[in-house]
Amino acid sequence: MAVTVLVPSTLRGEVGGVKSLSVDASGTLGIVLDELGRQWPRLERRVRDERGALRRYMNVYIDGVDCRSIGGSDAPVPGDAELHLLPSVAGG
Amino acid sequence: MTVLLALGTAKGLFLARSDDDRKSWDVSGPHFPMTGVYGVCIDKRRAVPRLLAGVTSSHFGPSVAYSDDLGATWQEPDHPPVAFPQDTGTALERVWQLATDPAGNPDRVYAGTQPSALFVSDDGGVTFELVRSLWDHPHRPQWAAGFGGQAIHTILPHPDDPSSLVVAMSTGGVYHSADGGASWKPGNSGIQATFMPDRFPEFGQCVHKVSRDAGDPDRLYAQNHHGVYRSDDGGVRWESIAEGLPSDFGFTIVAHPRRPDVVYNFPLAADAMRFPPDARCRVYRSQDAGKSWEALSDGLPAEPFYPAVLRDAMCADDADPAGVYFGTRSGEVYASRDEGDSWSQVATHLPDVLCVRAAEV
Repeated sequence: MAVTVLVPSTLRGEVGGVKSLSVDASGTLGIVLDELGRQWPRLERRVRDERGALRRYMNVYIDGVDCRSIGGSDAPVPGDAELHLLPSVAGG
Repeated sequence: MTVLLALGTAKGLFLARSDDDRKSWDVSGPHFPMTGVYGVCIDKRRAVPRLLAGVTSSHFGPSVAYSDDLGATWQEPDHPPVAFPQDTGTALERVWQLATDPAGNPDRVYAGTQPSALFVSDDGGVTFELVRSLWDHPHRPQWAAGFGGQAIHTILPHPDDPSSLVVAMSTGGVYHSADGGASWKPGNSGIQATFMPDRFPEFGQCVHKVSRDAGDPDRLYAQNHHGVYRSDDGGVRWESIAEGLPSDFGFTIVAHPRRPDVVYNFPLAADAMRFPPDARCRVYRSQDAGKSWEALSDGLPAEPFYPAVLRDAMCADDADPAGVYFGTRSGEVYASRDEGDSWSQVATHLPDVLCVRAAEV
């Protein structure tokens, strides 16, 4: 099993244009994003800063649930989960 | 003669190119759409100039990108080019300034950041490292944030001495190093901090921009948060040169690239009235190191004019005669191809102009 990461269109240029990635890691969101960073560092650094904190206007949904409501980086991620990376509403 | 004019805006980088001695301009962009481009650098130490851009996306964070084909394509490393080390517990918010070192390592590039820190690159601006000596300075906990954030926005390497470096930040003031960045001393004597109970503190001033004179490397000009100053000792002591200007408030100050004692300024009425004085669009030029100033307006809008010019939104190119440029928060860009005597519009209806840099390429 692997976690599926859905990549928003604005970030697909960082991963060769694909819409989704398969990441062989699970446990917590932090663990999955660490592995994402090893494979796709340019994608991961758009999602988290150098402290590992989720960027303010980036949301990650774990099987449809906002990660911030279930622990943020510590949110549980099952091995077959779907992570949806979604920029939030920001800017002017 | 071909001149490239890089226009960093609140929503991307625009590049204007003139192939006819700056009589007409072709504007392309936006590069990095929907990012704030606060810092741009044209590094001419290479066979083909390298463009560097400090870009910040409100969604995806800050980065530094570079182009070795004058903006046709851009590159970024996989890992963040500018990032705070883990032990600092700090995250980069924005790169405000990118500056080359004219005297030392030909691949050295400095980056000034928000929060206030200096980074150095020895690979031409691809990867940077934190300058620990300034980050660990005992004054740092007392540096504060102005409205624009707490940032090092000015980096002035010495033209001949690679061990000498001046930086300036809002708020915090001017700091200089005489040992290649190993140690730092504040240099704010004579600069007023109108927003502090002690009007002349050792540090803490809100310096908006500093520029170095073309003839005397120890002569610096500063536009402060109220106050326009000159230093003749490398940025240790300062004296006012605001007399003759309609206001001592503003953000930008630019020294001529070759002519000693020539400096440009775009005053705003006051801290609480950030419009050009009398709503008139005028650049002020001094040709005697700030002893006197003349208003320049030939070719600039004659109707009431309210936009501000931000700290890095005025520059000069390195052509002869020098071109002088400024961009406004209303997205207008003006250029002078005769050192300020007359002006013409390069672009209009751009996003807010944050920074401009120009060079003959």
